[in-house]
Amino acid sequence: MARYERVLRVLAPAVLLAVVGCGGGGGDAAGGGGGGDAAPAEMPFDVATAGNITGSVTFEGTPPPPEVLDMTSEADCAATYTGDPEVSWVDVGGGGLADVFVYVREGLEGMSFPVPGQAVVIDQQGCQYRPLVAGVQVGQSVAFRNSDGLLHNINASPTANRPFNVSQPVNMDTEREFAAPEVMIPIQCDVHGWMAGYIGVVTHPYHTVSGGSGAFDLSQLPPGEYVIEAWHARLGTLEQTVTVTTGQTAEVTFNFTDAMLSSAGTPTDGPHDHRTMARVGGVAE
Amino acid sequence: MRSQTRLPAAVAALLGLSALHPSPAGAQDVERGREVYEQWCSQCHGSEGDGQGPAAEYMIPRPRDFTTGLYQIRSTATGELPTDEDILRIINEGMPGTTMPGWEEELSGADREALVAYIKTFSQFFETLGAPEPLEFPGAPGASEERIAEGRLFYDSIQCFECHGAEGRGDGEASSTLQDDLGNPIRSADLWKAWTFNGGSTVEDIYQRLRTGLDGTPMPNFSDLIDAGFMTDDQLWNLAHYVRSLSPEETPTPEEVIVVGQVAPGELPGQLADERWGQAESFYVPLVGQIIENPRWFDPSVDGVWVQALHDGSEVAFRLTWHDRSRSPDPGWLEWQGWVLDAMAPREGENLEPAPRPDGITVQFPPTIPEGMDMPYFLMGDGSNPVYQWQWSSVPGTAVKAAARGLDIYEPLGAEGLTSEAAWEAGRWQLLLRRALVPADPASELQFEIGVPIPIAFFAWDGDNSEEGARGSVSSWYFIQLEEETPPSTYMAPLVAFLFTGGLGVLVVRRAQRRDREVQAAAAGIVLPPEPRPQMARNFGFAVGALWLLFALAAAGNSVGGWAAGQTDVGFWWAVITGFLTIAASVALIGTARHRYQGPRKS
Repeated sequence: MARYERVLRVLAPAVLLAVVGCGGGGGDAAGGGGGGDAAPAEMPFDVATAGNITGSVTFEGTPPPPEVLDMTSEADCAATYTGDPEVSWVDVGGGGLADVFVYVREGLEGMSFPVPGQAVVIDQQGCQYRPLVAGVQVGQSVAFRNSDGLLHNINASPTANRPFNVSQPVNMDTEREFAAPEVMIPIQCDVHGWMAGYIGVVTHPYHTVSGGSGAFDLSQLPPGEYVIEAWHARLGTLEQTVTVTTGQTAEVTFNFTDAMLSSAGTPTDGPHDHRTMARVGGVAE
Repeated sequence: MRSQTRLPAAVAALLGLSALHPSPAGAQDVERGREVYEQWCSQCHGSEGDGQGPAAEYMIPRPRDFTTGLYQIRSTATGELPTDEDILRIINEGMPGTTMPGWEEELSGADREALVAYIKTFSQFFETLGAPEPLEFPGAPGASEERIAEGRLFYDSIQCFECHGAEGRGDGEASSTLQDDLGNPIRSADLWKAWTFNGGSTVEDIYQRLRTGLDGTPMPNFSDLIDAGFMTDDQLWNLAHYVRSLSPEETPTPEEVIVVGQVAPGELPGQLADERWGQAESFYVPLVGQIIENPRWFDPSVDGVWVQALHDGSEVAFRLTWHDRSRSPDPGWLEWQGWVLDAMAPREGENLEPAPRPDGITVQFPPTIPEGMDMPYFLMGDGSNPVYQWQWSSVPGTAVKAAARGLDIYEPLGAEGLTSEAAWEAGRWQLLLRRALVPADPASELQFEIGVPIPIAFFAWDGDNSEEGARGSVSSWYFIQLEEETPPSTYMAPLVAFLFTGGLGVLVVRRAQRRDREVQAAAAGIVLPPEPRPQMARNFGFAVGALWLLFALAAAGNSVGGWAAGQTDVGFWWAVITGFLTIAASVALIGTARHRYQGPRKS
């Protein structure tokens, strides 16, 4: 057995590399983005010419109340909350709309960007994903962390990428990469049906997730015209065309409204709606 | 096994015979695959390979959507494509526990391989990712009590119970919330029914599924944990052995006749927990969804019931055991009901809502024991031929009697004389039903007769799976047969026969001795009183021998009957009696014959 494990450990990186390499090709076919193979160490443009985008995401109208999570099946998680465990999918507590994935959808075609060496961490804590929404670059590691110390599984259901389903019965990290751009990839824990999260995968570093104030920054972009998309799990997407010029900071605001809540489909949470919502959110083209 | 396959592969590599390896499918294969697919597969999997054929909406789980390149049963890591062999295996063997049948008998090998080639064309991943690398699975260590015990501990420590339940019956806390990749409800496997495991029932199959996960389902893989050093391969084998140990070694096959064993008067178990049930043989009766009359039901939850039955000559008692993931009505399953109804009900024109519905089981008999095979319609009879039923429901939790003249057309017969006790624990219902052989009302209720096959059939409902009325699980007619009483005369008869024929034997011997004395006396010139009918005495010896032989045959018959009914003790003792009788008969016959042909023993 021991020998077998050693063999696996030796083989695993090789297999992973092969997958990532091949997957990059798949990503090209599927997404038409930059692809993941042979990422250059340097930016593919003269950074001295860069400009910035800054902006905010707002919400108009009445947000749905936070959803109360029934954690009776997992008393250890329920015990980490003082009141009822809740999740705010439409989180306007900080003045703006949080948890919006903002990224450059069009305008960077054909450019290849270095892949950040640092993993994006999605923590499972109190039987919730923290953050609920994360962005990552093709080929960049996502570290799924189990801080709860009880059984979680991370069941990712992408369409442009390969799915996976990993168990984590103890405190641990599991790292995964995505080979093709995809907005968004739903993840969920089947043990705790309320645990849903999303990962946006793009070919470049120009993506972010809005914080509590709704503010976001996309900095150091090559000059040019971009389509910026803002994706929200319950409200769908908005897009704006922005022109970036050298040394300037372009401003953009995305205004989501409660009307979008009803049109985007059901406001209830749960895995049943979760995957449907991801499809509504759309796949990056 | 592995070393056997290596040699030809190595030889082939040396000779450059790449043809021995799976080669990229030719256009011809794909074209033939398309024809076969259209004819045999598209009804369920859809012409586009998207799993949305016309029959798909009657199936849970839904047929595989080939466009995603996502496959449950693989020899490769989670997220990887399956190998050609993986796909071929499912085509050949089907997927137990689903509607996918095996095609090994129906389609030629070439056609099945062509199908593999064609199915792969539905997903771009087979082109872009190239051939997948199967995981290397070590050989299975043998099962042992220690491994199984270790596996049980490991099962708890990595919290398999969250989905599969404390005892493994698929009733974990999360089981009401599970969905597959298509967003349809999916049941966590009932680990006591290895014959329903999608990827096969051997311990190797189980281990491999743990290593690979079942992609598209909530079942995750454990290879990552081994790679990360959080568990060892050996621990995973222990777990596989434990899981396998929960199911019987062989898939239970239904027997047409359920033997109702006999116990001494007054010894009938009156409670579920009575340990005497442990001695009663258990018969498995499979159940299937009621898909004959509207509204049909294609997503049955209860797929079988184990039947134990005993009688004591005046009463009969049944203990029914079946698995059910919840004790309905359980509000935690209302959302599940909604998913099930969304997926299944609209096709039958009903607009059902999730609601608290009880679990239930109905045992049905004909009102009178039929002559020959003339039985009422198994779906609760009809207008002219009713059935007699015992209906039990988890609400209020007791059983009542009824006459049914069609699905859901009942005439209640009260509960008089029918006692019941039910208990749900860890994903399992047990129900005791007990009634006198002679019913309270012989005009409307079945009278149980001993030694006669009596038709019996079952209906079951899982309320939390939205089942009620016609939407439930059914069995066809089976038979129960109350074991014949072994009356005292059975044991007395051989004794009487022994004494009787023994007495005759003594008589024969005495007469023979007397004749000997006559002969000797005659030789000595002594005149004894005349012996009447000496010839008859000899014939009498043969008659006694023949009688014993007859008894021996009868005893042999009883012995064979005992063995056949599974009553080994009865069979054994009758065999012993047969032996004694055969010896006695032989002695009588041979002794008489010797005496007759060789004359009296010379003294």
